[in-house]
Amino acid sequence: MSIKLEEVTYTYSPGTVYEIHALDHVNLEIGQGDFVGVIGHTGSGKSTMIQHLNGLVKPTSGRVLYNDEDIWADGYDLRSLRFHVGLVFQYPEHQLFETDVLKDVCFGPKNEGLDAEACKARAIEALEHVGFPKELYDKSPFELSGGQKRRVAIAGVLAMNPDVLVLDEPTAGLDPQGRDEILDQIAYLHKTRGISIVLVSHSMEDIAKYVDRLVVMNAGKKAYDAAPKEVFAHYKELETMGLAAPQMTYIMHTLKEHGMDVDVTATTVEEAKASILQALGR
Amino acid sequence: MIRDITLGQYYPADSVLHRLDPRVKFIGTMIYIISLFVFKSWGYVLGTVFLAGVIVISKVPFRFMVKGLKAIMFLLFITMFFNAIFTPGEVLFHIWIIKVTKEGLILAGRMGIRLVFLIMGSSVMTLTTTPNQLTDALESLLKPLNKIHVPVHEISMMMSIALRFIPILLEETDKIMKAQIARGADFETGNLIKKVKNMVPLLVPLFISAFRRANDLALAMEARCYHGGEGRTQMKPLRYTGRDYAAYGILAAYLALTIAIRVFLHW
Ligand SMILES: Nc1ncnc2c1ncn2[C@@H]1O[C@H](COP(=O)(O)OP(=O)(O)OP(=O)(O)O)[C@@H](O)[C@H]1O
Ligand SMILES: [Mg+2]
Repeated sequence: MSIKLEEVTYTYSPGTVYEIHALDHVNLEIGQGDFVGVIGHTGSGKSTMIQHLNGLVKPTSGRVLYNDEDIWADGYDLRSLRFHVGLVFQYPEHQLFETDVLKDVCFGPKNEGLDAEACKARAIEALEHVGFPKELYDKSPFELSGGQKRRVAIAGVLAMNPDVLVLDEPTAGLDPQGRDEILDQIAYLHKTRGISIVLVSHSMEDIAKYVDRLVVMNAGKKAYDAAPKEVFAHYKELETMGLAAPQMTYIMHTLKEHGMDVDVTATTVEEAKASILQALGR
Repeated sequence: MIRDITLGQYYPADSVLHRLDPRVKFIGTMIYIISLFVFKSWGYVLGTVFLAGVIVISKVPFRFMVKGLKAIMFLLFITMFFNAIFTPGEVLFHIWIIKVTKEGLILAGRMGIRLVFLIMGSSVMTLTTTPNQLTDALESLLKPLNKIHVPVHEISMMMSIALRFIPILLEETDKIMKAQIARGADFETGNLIKKVKNMVPLLVPLFISAFRRANDLALAMEARCYHGGEGRTQMKPLRYTGRDYAAYGILAAYLALTIAIRVFLHW
């Protein structure tokens, strides 16, 4: 499994006064088992970029390759691509429509052509994966809380058994516990099923904790594409893009400036703690 | 927000016409349309000169002016065709059993010019005026109807809200469609019944979101003590300036000239 964006440029409303260049010659490669984070200022083109990954939007110029095949070539089966590349949107309200939760999660597998039994099995498995309580399975999705809706929305995509799971800000509007639960589940899926994950997030802390690779978008261009620690080393440049490194990066840099021999690449509280204790000689 | 005004066809530019009071533009368009039906023959030269002048002043590229014509191409063709063949008079030539008359051709030509100029004339207005300005203008012009208990303010409020919501709902439709396509929904293939059935995953979230938005808006208006038109002032009240009076002068002159041409020269 691999997805490649080659020199992808995307323009909204081309040829009118309202033309917006949302993506500008973006190159990106996502391989089997990658856990990629995407960050960027509001309007930097993150959502536009991930919609290219499953062929929801057609690049104005450039190519999108799935397993080295151009997905916009004549006769390419885009619909089956969408079962391989699962995309979860920012707002669960946009996809919930059925009378009960279980049926809603079945929608994806049903479109795939599975029979009722198999759909149900898939749906239950997916709902368990996102930690959705069993007793709410036959509740209307519209009577759920925001966090529960989010889980159902993710399960709705997971039920298609995608090879790549792309999530657009899956934790927006969740409480800290709900956020950690969902991200832990996603990390667990990544580990156990070996599926690739692309995670769009505004939280540096989340990104630092989970992803192996970090893509930074700035004004429609890819600014960085490297391991989080390497990216956070450019924390001064990140600030000019309206972003910031995790808080630990700042603390560690300040400590270093004051003569303490700590590891400035520590991004999580645990790493920082270990490094500080070591520097103190304990 | 740019996407607020995608409805209609407002073209932002910095011209006198854009800055003109929307009431002037509205009345001007009316006068122009009336003039098109007053002219009979050579008067259209005046109509052309006036339209061309306005288009130049508006600073809107010409191709946006003719965009509106595409939609009426069919109507235009039918009108001209039937006028040409069904008008009795001096027969010029036959095509099979169809008689084409001189009067018919003249009438067809006149109808064609009227329709084309009418569309282009109103395009000048909609291209230089935002939908909200237009509803403001309508509200202000229709105010006298308040006397006979027509709820002018409420009607114009509903119009602005509807105008404001159409692009939002379009955007929402696009997002919902994408979310469902991402789950393998198919909105294109199949027969009619299947297509309608396939719309359910699109329509349910759309309706729910429309109701939620309407509810939120009502609540927000309530919270700001909105109570209709009585004693209400505006954030940007329409006020005539020197430029608007000058425009009215030009319009009056144009109208007078139009009538003079028709009455005295029979053009
Ligand atoms: N449907 C659309 N029509 C026109 N312009 C759009 C549309 N969607 C996005 N844009 C514009 O494209 C640019 C990139 O938008 P995009 O949604 O990809 O940003 P984003 O990085 O996902 O932002 P956020 O963090 O706010 O979700 C923005 O300038 C936005 O205004
Ligand atoms: Mg986004």
